[in-house]
Amino acid sequence: MSGGAVTMMIFGMLIIWGGLGLSIANAVKVSKSKR
Amino acid sequence: MNVREQWGTRAGFILAAIGSAVGLGNIWRFPYVAFENGGGAFFLPYLFALLTAGIPLLIMEFTLGHKYRGSAPLSYARMNKKTEWIGWWQVAISFVIATYYAVIIAWSMSYTYFAVNQRWGEDTGGFLMGEYLQRIDVVSGGAPGDIGALVPGVFIPLVLVWIITLGVLFKGIRRGIEIANRIFIPLLVAMFLLIVIRAITLEGALAGLDAFFKPDWNEIMSPGVWVAAYGQIFFSLSIAFAIMITYSSYLSRKSDITNNAFITGFSNSSFELLAGIGVFAALGFMANASGVGVADVADAGIGLAFVVFPEIINTFPGMNGLFGVLFFGSLVLAGLSSLISIVETFVSGVQDKFKFSRRKAVAIGGGLSALISILFATQGGLFFLDATDYFINQFGVALAGLVSVIAVSWFVKKLPELQTHANGVSDFRLGSWWKICLSIITPIVLGFMFIQNTINNLTDNYEGYSTAFIVGSGWLVAIVAIIIGFIFAKFKWKSGDMNIPRK
Repeated sequence: MSGGAVTMMIFGMLIIWGGLGLSIANAVKVSKSKR
Repeated sequence: MNVREQWGTRAGFILAAIGSAVGLGNIWRFPYVAFENGGGAFFLPYLFALLTAGIPLLIMEFTLGHKYRGSAPLSYARMNKKTEWIGWWQVAISFVIATYYAVIIAWSMSYTYFAVNQRWGEDTGGFLMGEYLQRIDVVSGGAPGDIGALVPGVFIPLVLVWIITLGVLFKGIRRGIEIANRIFIPLLVAMFLLIVIRAITLEGALAGLDAFFKPDWNEIMSPGVWVAAYGQIFFSLSIAFAIMITYSSYLSRKSDITNNAFITGFSNSSFELLAGIGVFAALGFMANASGVGVADVADAGIGLAFVVFPEIINTFPGMNGLFGVLFFGSLVLAGLSSLISIVETFVSGVQDKFKFSRRKAVAIGGGLSALISILFATQGGLFFLDATDYFINQFGVALAGLVSVIAVSWFVKKLPELQTHANGVSDFRLGSWWKICLSIITPIVLGFMFIQNTINNLTDNYEGYSTAFIVGSGWLVAIVAIIIGFIFAKFKWKSGDMNIPRK
């Protein structure tokens, strides 16, 4: 794979899967603090 | 007044919303759209569209359902009586989509079975159009618009699709939709992960991934690429056809809205990315095995799923049947979880307005939709499906999205009120960015898409079909959905229906 393709693959994974991870982590944190 | 059903848990709602958003388009549309529009560079407009239109619209629809606690027509009516027709229009769009979407799931069911011993043979395109669909022009010289005979190979799995869908809906929100999605979604993710793991270990997979991720930075200067990005986000998130309003109306009073929308939006995109990796790794393998470039084998939609993928499965080095069952089984699960949400919109709308019991609403609404879907299980069904799908999306879903966002933000000016409501229950607060996205960015992009589509379709007939066929199966369907919106809005609500229940 070319360098550009690898960079964009990592970028996409970081932003999209990272965004999902952060939103879930936030929901878990808030629900624990409400208990 | 009946007490509205509720989701058992927040996770149950989120899984159902994800199940609705993740559908066939995630698997067969996104990878090709990204590949055609700049590869890796497409991620920039795509993410921009997700954050400026997809998630803001999701938040708006979640807030509408949560605040007004009703199906789309009831929620719009409670917001402002003059906007009720938009809710019914969206419900009518869902009704149309349900009729043909069920048929595509039926094909996927058949192909899951065919995959066991690759019954499609070497000529996968010929098998699909001839032996399986018995397309009217292929087997008897008919033309688009001719109905032909019922195709038993499509009709039998179609009956099964409706039995499952209506069976889940009969059970209600908590015991039906929530439980179904708690099973379907983890299973779908697990199955697709297996597909991806297998695909990326195939010879040639890296060439496929390179084609998918390699950025063409010149492309992102093209307005067409940005429209494609907004279109992909818009069509894949189940927004503007009443689903998310209906689902959020079953949330508890204190449930979060904003973070749920972020989780749903990012989950949908996460699955799309996973699908892109799986599909292009498999296409890379296929290109390598055939000695051609990835671009020569890349395809989208029905062609990708039912012609190219069977070819890939034929070429597999081992366990062909298992890979095929996983792939088509994933399509069935993704499709069913979306179909359930689509049918729930009109079940809920009819229940609210006409005070039918859930069972009666499912039997009448779902039954009628199932009956009409038989048209798409005939020899001429594929042509009707193609035209109806195109027009109900371009001049139904996209136009309803444009009209709803303009109505809410400009005409009834409810965005500040909705923002206050969402902020009152959510894990984090919405800023003014949300109102800017909905009142300015989204209408501009959707408005541009609508004008461009209208000009294109008035200049040339879609797919070169005859004008009579396009008018009857495309334009008329989209226009009738709007008329139904106005007709159903004319029926009177029972007294007290406009009061928002406190419990």
